Amino acid sequence: MDLNMNVDAPHSMGTTIIGVTYNGGVVLGADSRTSTGMYVANRASDKITQLTDNVYVCRSGSAADSQIVSDYVRYFLHQHTIQLGQPATVKVAANLIRLLSYSNKNMLQTGLIVGGWDKYEGGKIYGVPLGGTLVEQPFTIGGSGSSYLYGFFDQAWKEGMTKDEAEQLVVKAVSLAIARDGASGGVVRTVIINSEGVTRNFYPGDKLPLWHEELEPQNSLLDILNAPSPEPMNI
Amino acid sequence: MSSIGTGYDLSVTTFSPDGRVFQIEYAAKAVDNSGTVIGIKCKDGIVMGVEKLIASKMILPGSNRRIHSVHRHSGMAVAGLAADGRQIVARAKSEATNYQSGYGEPIPVKELAERVASYVHLCTLYWWLRPFGCGIILGGYDRDGPQLYMVEPSGISYRYFGAAIGKGKQAAKTEIEKLNLSEMTCREGVIEVAKIIYKVHDEAKDKAFELEMSWVCDESKQQHQKVPDELLEEAKAAARTALEEMDAD
Repeated sequence: MDLNMNVDAPHSMGTTIIGVTYNGGVVLGADSRTSTGMYVANRASDKITQLTDNVYVCRSGSAADSQIVSDYVRYFLHQHTIQLGQPATVKVAANLIRLLSYSNKNMLQTGLIVGGWDKYEGGKIYGVPLGGTLVEQPFTIGGSGSSYLYGFFDQAWKEGMTKDEAEQLVVKAVSLAIARDGASGGVVRTVIINSEGVTRNFYPGDKLPLWHEELEPQNSLLDILNAPSPEPMNI
Repeated sequence: MSSIGTGYDLSVTTFSPDGRVFQIEYAAKAVDNSGTVIGIKCKDGIVMGVEKLIASKMILPGSNRRIHSVHRHSGMAVAGLAADGRQIVARAKSEATNYQSGYGEPIPVKELAERVASYVHLCTLYWWLRPFGCGIILGGYDRDGPQLYMVEPSGISYRYFGAAIGKGKQAAKTEIEKLNLSEMTCREGVIEVAKIIYKVHDEAKDKAFELEMSWVCDESKQQHQKVPDELLEEAKAAARTALEEMDAD
């Protein structure tokens, strides 16, 4: 086993991120693992960041790069909202992200998913992958864990889902990716955005279903000792 | 109306004792001496019309355009000093394209009006600049529907259902107020604007004039364009008939 975990490597979010539209809004989902090389620097990170009241962004790739891009865009959107006198549209937010990603493509390494709701277009998802393309899609996936989800979405995605169906789909997908991708893990966070506002949900790792060949989590001695009738240890 | 601001009117950075900036008021007079410009907001779009006074018989008809497209969805009709107007139109076009490049969507009409007004106002703040001697009627169609704005040389900008500037503005405003704009389509609006311009044109003082009109409405697919030729001819004919009927009384 390689004991030399490179703890000085730049923080990278291996990540699984997902954005999905449903009938009335969008659901954004992500895992929570931030790794520096082989070491998990943060096992409970929040990769879904707020840009405005009605627009959020899922971050993947370099943690620093995605944070700085989000910070700049939040600043520009704030000014834009003041000038316009009404909330910014999802399209404008996505476009600002895209302009930064494209103009700095040589220096940045970040894939982003912009999702939100506005009164003109309703719920919208925009993918801004590595090179700085801007693509509006009914759903999109990103991050290292997304490789394992392309086939899953081909089969499981359908147009016009309800809010609960969409969220279940996102949670299931992130959990499947976590099972197979070493760089994704931790908890599943979701953010639902619609005309009524924003809802944040949290699904802890041990509450997620177990997939093929996954073992029960054996967390700690404390679980066994704190159990109602403590049994002798099973070795 | 003609109050002389002796001593206080030499610079745009000087207030008079009664709180007026005379240079701006004089700039507005340049607008009042120009041909009438009208804009109306109908239920499905905006119609703008200009009474282009012809200075010489040698001028090619259709030249010296007074209505300009600022972006696909909006246009501007200018009254007053034509050269000043060209500057403002250039600035508005530049603002519109920059906004589109930066934000990925066409500039909302309200935002465009604010930027034009802000630019016009800018030129009233410094002694080494003179105010623009033109009034602007700005009409556009965005996500929030058709909107009409007017910008004065002072930099004031308001949103209107109907607006008029230039020589015949008083008479034109009275006529516009008689119209039921909320029920009118742009097709009907074109006829009405033509009638008003023909009516307020002063045959005695000014000789010939050319009517220039534009619209941005559902029929033009929310694009700002010249009113189609056959509709323009129809409007002119209707206007001349209305004038004859009036004279016949």
